[in-house]
Amino acid sequence: METKERKGAVLFSKYTRGEAIKKAISKTREDVLYELRESKLKGRGGAGFPTATKWMIVAAASSDEKYIICNADEGEPGTFKDRVLLLEYPQLVFDGMVVGGYTIGAKYGIVYLRGEYEYMKKSLEDYLEAMRKDNLLGNDILGKKGFNFDITIRMGSGAYVCGEETALIESLEGNRGEARNRPPFPVNTGFMGKPTTVNNVETLAAISHITIKGGEWFRKHGTDKSTGSKLFSVSGDCEKPGVYELPWGTKISELLELVGAKNTKAVQVGGASGTCIPKSQFDRTLAYEDAATGGSIMIFNESRNMLHVLKNFMEFFVEESCGQCTPCRIGNVKLLEGVEMIEKGEYTFAYMNQLKDLGDTMQVASKCGLGQSSPNSFISILENFKEEIFNGNGGHNGK
Amino acid sequence: MENKDNLRAPVSQKSLTVEKPTDLTTIGGTITVEINEKKVSVPLGTTILEACKIAGISIPTLCNHEDLCVAGVCRICVVEVEGMRTLQASCAYPITAPMKIKTSTPMVRKARRNIIDLLLSEHYGECYSCFRNGKCELQALAKEYGVDSYPYGHVDKPKYEVDNSSYSVIRDMSKCILCKRCVRTCIDLQEVGVLEAIDRGDKTHISTFLDKPLADVICINCGQCINRCPTAALRANDPSDEIWAAIDDPTKHVVIQTAPSPRAAIGEEFGLGAGHSMTRELNTALKRIGFDKVFDTNFTADLTIIEEGTELILRLYKALVKKESIALPQLTSCSPGWVKFLEHYYPEYIDNLSSAKSPQQMFGALIKTFYAKKAGIDPKDVVSVALMPCSAKKFECNRPEMNSSGYKDVDYGLTTREMARMIKEAGINLPEMPKGDFDNPFGEASGAGLIFGATGGVMEAALRSVVEFVLGVKVEDVFANANIIPLRGFEGVKYVEIPLGEKMGPVPDILKHLVPNWDWLKGVTLKVAVAHGTANAKKVMDNIKAGGKFSECHFVELMACPGGCIGGGGQPIPTTPEIRKKRAEAIYAEDESLTLRKSHENPHVVQIYEEFLTEGPCGHLSHKLLHTHYTKRGRYIA
Repeated sequence: METKERKGAVLFSKYTRGEAIKKAISKTREDVLYELRESKLKGRGGAGFPTATKWMIVAAASSDEKYIICNADEGEPGTFKDRVLLLEYPQLVFDGMVVGGYTIGAKYGIVYLRGEYEYMKKSLEDYLEAMRKDNLLGNDILGKKGFNFDITIRMGSGAYVCGEETALIESLEGNRGEARNRPPFPVNTGFMGKPTTVNNVETLAAISHITIKGGEWFRKHGTDKSTGSKLFSVSGDCEKPGVYELPWGTKISELLELVGAKNTKAVQVGGASGTCIPKSQFDRTLAYEDAATGGSIMIFNESRNMLHVLKNFMEFFVEESCGQCTPCRIGNVKLLEGVEMIEKGEYTFAYMNQLKDLGDTMQVASKCGLGQSSPNSFISILENFKEEIFNGNGGHNGK
Repeated sequence: MENKDNLRAPVSQKSLTVEKPTDLTTIGGTITVEINEKKVSVPLGTTILEACKIAGISIPTLCNHEDLCVAGVCRICVVEVEGMRTLQASCAYPITAPMKIKTSTPMVRKARRNIIDLLLSEHYGECYSCFRNGKCELQALAKEYGVDSYPYGHVDKPKYEVDNSSYSVIRDMSKCILCKRCVRTCIDLQEVGVLEAIDRGDKTHISTFLDKPLADVICINCGQCINRCPTAALRANDPSDEIWAAIDDPTKHVVIQTAPSPRAAIGEEFGLGAGHSMTRELNTALKRIGFDKVFDTNFTADLTIIEEGTELILRLYKALVKKESIALPQLTSCSPGWVKFLEHYYPEYIDNLSSAKSPQQMFGALIKTFYAKKAGIDPKDVVSVALMPCSAKKFECNRPEMNSSGYKDVDYGLTTREMARMIKEAGINLPEMPKGDFDNPFGEASGAGLIFGATGGVMEAALRSVVEFVLGVKVEDVFANANIIPLRGFEGVKYVEIPLGEKMGPVPDILKHLVPNWDWLKGVTLKVAVAHGTANAKKVMDNIKAGGKFSECHFVELMACPGGCIGGGGQPIPTTPEIRKKRAEAIYAEDESLTLRKSHENPHVVQIYEEFLTEGPCGHLSHKLLHTHYTKRGRYIA
């Protein structure tokens, strides 16, 4: 396992394996939850649901079986921070799961690992085996009578939609990866119909720190509404791509400077399903209340053709829609066709407006987050780069 | 929260709805919601769609179907809920707290219109060349929402080849809108599981195992998917062109037998509400179309009762008296969908299936032998058509063993829908027809044959005869008005015990050569069961396999379709529990109106044993013409 030293005030701060588990079991479940609530931690996958609320509902549910699932499907284009956490800081993730097991009363934890990450399965399983040997997993963990918890790793098969928590659960149950209707939510009716919490890798890692250092300490970082820090997966036109831990509230321009980005034209915040931010808005902050992201930051410099960027995203969604609901399955095809029309110079503005209208419908009428967010790039790129796209190059843009 | 009886279906697609409280007076048992500013109180767990219905507000739906679990995939039923960023699919949203719902806001209307336009952009074909023209749910929505152009385009060539490999069901996937009703019908309702969505994104489509033709997978031909398809993606294999050709050919003698269920439902195709029996109007209409003779399938239903009942008595005699090892319980074989289901899923129980043919096939064999001879017609010139509520009957008449007359016993199986179209094509308005009679030599049949159409009907018909045969009393003395109520209704599986007591009657003449007396049945309790829909049939069979209470049964009636034949795959679309109930009521009412209500009292049945099947029930000629054998198919198809 790599031992490269990473810098960061929260996630990459000092942590010893098992620390959070020890601390958690010395307290009551309520006290662990209290710290979590105090931290105001929000889900790091992108949706930003308050983690404490999720855990409290599962903790309060009366069921003999409950599950905690670590969402390690990391499928959003441009995200690779979970890979870093799993490879270099597995203790943070697994300890966070054990703390979760204790807090919500689950006996089983499942890591849903992205299909492409199969290469790390062996080392992660070895790590779990070592935890079992040290009684950080198994029965009566660290001598706490009756606290039994274990973790298994299950592989995804490469469908982007399985990062959506209910599709992930379907996949775990052996079914086709398709989002469920909500409500009921997984916290009531999750894996095998039992109360289940699904948390992102980074969320669980943050929980390990919060358990040790407290909610108040965590809250000192970030902004009022976006507490703590965030891992950003930075890629594209910059000198130093990679994973950075920065407090929420960092300006886009600050981040660009840090990573050595020059002549930047646009930043795609939040991956293919995120929004594309033009130069004029680089003073916006990375935060749930402003430019929200699950961590993906893609940088495009002046040499990039934004229509090509958009086409790439739309091709991705046409292929990755699970195909069950109408707006997402067919809507993305129509948006892609619209991009191709612009490419050929064979479009009318009336039809482009119709497609924007369609984008609005997809955002509100699609069944899950995939379809609801897939028009984001289409809408933001056409809006923010209309000069380049419609007026540049004699109407035959990108050719 | 959820029903996990069946692990094959995704939990999400079963019934992830909130269980409704039994006592609505408990706190929180009833919730008041505001729909378009109108207050309405509904039980906890009611969906927004149901609540809107209660409030008298109509919401368009496509993927939703009363018989099926929730899908929430077409998104046409979206509504606005105050405080929520996104629209909610009303079919899938259970109400658990007070909320304010708006069903016709600009956002909602725009979304619905966009969804219809998107579906139309991928839906191949023009309405006027489509057999669902005027009966298509997508077409109806397009009309309702004033679609006058295709803003997102329209496909001009088919995406998939039409699969017409099956005798029964034709799949035209270029017309599919991926509502998955067929998938849910096949997996959840029928538990057959031949259809499933495969691939993703724009490549998503409904497929069979390895994309094989339907004829090569374990489809049981029940056609329930057809009844629930909102478009023409699924349809029955229609032989009406061949039938017209036969009618138009002066050298052909075209006869038709009509089953009771189509007669109870065909009025729906002519704008009547469910539950109007059109038996006698149909007799006239069929003659006017050009059929030479119209026969009543109930005649062979009566014959089935005699043959199958005799077979049961023989099985019981062998088991109880001769102590032979004989397959029990005896399972009915009238439903060809059920028969194929058993052949695939429970081939080891093939000996339990009654060897008696279904009424359709018995009739086929008699028409080209007994009738042809009597009428002085060469059987090769007889074209035999069967009006059935069923798509599986098309497969059944094409089974290679169904040629005991020396010819193909039944040439064409025709569904209720196809018959209605033929009648309309001939310019006939069925409900206006004068009443007509069935033709001789088979004439009128009994009410026992008639009730074959509803689940439990075969068993009731059989018991009406068995009770009189064995106990020597009038069935009316045992069951008021000869109605065996415990066998009726739509409960998935019914179980009835009838203690025969100590007082036996004399053996009737027709059975005298088979059993000496009934003493061996003294003190025996007759145990029978009834199941409809293959999902329920599966429950019974699994119970038998596990040695449960149904393995103690003597006789079990099983029908492939929910509700029995009245809910068959060839019946008018739509189908709902309410419609099936009304069709069944029509059948029971017609039975009640007849004087002849027992199969063994049918004078034509008595006559055929005197004149033709002279060795009696289960005799040599019976075996040749009226009984058959089955194939152990198994679940693995090359």
